[in-house]
Amino acid sequence: MLDQVIFYLFSALAVVSAILTVTRRNVVHSAIFLITALLATAGIFLQLRAEFLFIVQIILYVGGIMVLFVFVIMLVNLDVAVRQLRFARQKWVALLISLALAAQVGLMLWSTGKMPGQGVPVLSAVPADKLPPNSEEVAKSLFSSYLLPFEIASVLLLVAMIGAVVMAKRRA
Amino acid sequence: MPAVTQVTTEFVKQYWAPLLCGFAIVAVLPLIVGYVVLVERKIMADMQARLGPMRVGPHGLLQPIADAVKLLIKEDIIPEDADKLVFWLAPVLSVGAALLAMAGLAIGPAFQIAKDINIGILFVVGVSALGIFGIVLGGWASNSHYSLIGALRSSAQLVSYETAAGMALVSGLLFAGTLNVTSIVQAQYDQGIWFGLLAPVAFFTYLVASIAETNRAPFDLPEAESELVAGYMTEFSGFRWSLYFLAEYTNMIVVASVATTLFLGGWLRPFPRTHWLDFLDFLPMVLMTGIGIYCLLRVPKQPARVQQLFMLAVAGMCFAAAFVLAAPVLVPFFKLSLIAAVKPYHDGILGGFWFIFKVSWYIYFFMWLRFTLPRYRFDQLMRLGWHFLIPLSIINVLVIGVAMILGSHFHLEGWQLLLTTIPASILALIIALFILTAEQKSEPQRASGAASDTYA
Repeated sequence: MLDQVIFYLFSALAVVSAILTVTRRNVVHSAIFLITALLATAGIFLQLRAEFLFIVQIILYVGGIMVLFVFVIMLVNLDVAVRQLRFARQKWVALLISLALAAQVGLMLWSTGKMPGQGVPVLSAVPADKLPPNSEEVAKSLFSSYLLPFEIASVLLLVAMIGAVVMAKRRA
Repeated sequence: MPAVTQVTTEFVKQYWAPLLCGFAIVAVLPLIVGYVVLVERKIMADMQARLGPMRVGPHGLLQPIADAVKLLIKEDIIPEDADKLVFWLAPVLSVGAALLAMAGLAIGPAFQIAKDINIGILFVVGVSALGIFGIVLGGWASNSHYSLIGALRSSAQLVSYETAAGMALVSGLLFAGTLNVTSIVQAQYDQGIWFGLLAPVAFFTYLVASIAETNRAPFDLPEAESELVAGYMTEFSGFRWSLYFLAEYTNMIVVASVATTLFLGGWLRPFPRTHWLDFLDFLPMVLMTGIGIYCLLRVPKQPARVQQLFMLAVAGMCFAAAFVLAAPVLVPFFKLSLIAAVKPYHDGILGGFWFIFKVSWYIYFFMWLRFTLPRYRFDQLMRLGWHFLIPLSIINVLVIGVAMILGSHFHLEGWQLLLTTIPASILALIIALFILTAEQKSEPQRASGAASDTYA
């Protein structure tokens, strides 16, 4: 019961602040609501006892990326952005894509339990103290079964980082 | 509404203890911070050969309360062109993040709000980093140039030094093999050595980076009063300003606690496994009794009746603390029921003393630096972070890892690991210094300090 209340609380917070993120005129307000949405998602992770995912979401998205976002936003001339009309371009394409996505998610939820092997997999509940420690498990799977994808992703990030530095240096 | 009552009772039943501790921390912390500020002013006065606050209470002991009352009843000014909502939200955000980080800390083996969380130290570091939004948004919402520049400086500084601090923590965590705060301290007990000694370079890096992260002198560029009035706090006054102050000092306590847990042995007393040093367990009691007796002796010298009474009360509090600290060590000698009643908390009481003792020394070191070193220029700060501390911390993780592999190869344990980690740390330091000098040679015009910086 309590779990459900907490889940719906965080979900409502995430959805409402996600909507507010795109509808606010003021860019800084949008950023604040995006932070709220990310924090609410982190809260849902925590409620699912995915502690590691929770803290990574906070450290990376909220503490890292959003700080840089806000940093850049404050350097930009805000008045121009406020006067511009939003949702002007790609209105119909965006609508189409979101409808398609909504239909897909809806179909998946609808088919759960009706057809075997379809829809959202329903897992059996495990008591909290029986779960293995999560950061250790993440580390083990990253460095054993998923070593190659992990290394490829790291190299990709490194290339992007070096590329950014090179481009910044050329301009200066 | 049966559903609502059911949820409420369930909530209270499961979480009453952490809730109570949380309320206690929120209630007591402003007072503690007030006295940390008083101690800071006293230390500053001492270093500058002055007396410091002396008027309110004996030796200014009631000054924090007077200050708090003054800040509370001051007029609350919100600038005309400020973004009202964000202006209201920003200081609250700063304090909230700092207080939330306290939940993950273990003050002694028995006192921890969020007990045994698997991500332990990551939680503290990640959540306390959220306080930056309070500073950035506060600076932006004030709609003032000084505030905005202070906020920009602050976010640039925090992003730069967080990397170094994180890598320094990684070097320490390599020895612990876990993120759980309690297990980290237990690992230091098992190995019989503080990780700060095994990884001195990591400890040094964390020390410098934590000063920068809490915006303290010599890295207090975001609130440099000689250039920016008060940086991001310029437009804030009264209670909102004091919230920022509370957040800054709470953050100091948080970084000091993280360093204590990971590098200084947490709640363990020095040499916890050396039995002929067991008399150190009596030290807390003797210390508090000594302070109490000193206060008693000073009572007749106070000028006013009220001040005499207050000094007596302070002495009484010291004796009470001494009694609580005496309970665990006196059990074998006396069989008092009162002492026996607190038996489950014995380790916690002594451990709490040592933890707070170490945290105090760490904070004292912060203050010492503040009154000793002049403020850095912003480009110097950035160069120190990016050209020295970050390479140093990354290289340190590498060499510490190699040293640990070598250590396990030669079956070294505890103190013996110093044989490999100390040369490794020196090697890391040499490589980082080499990188720094090479950098300066390749960019002579920058090194001269003539370069202009966007955020300076």
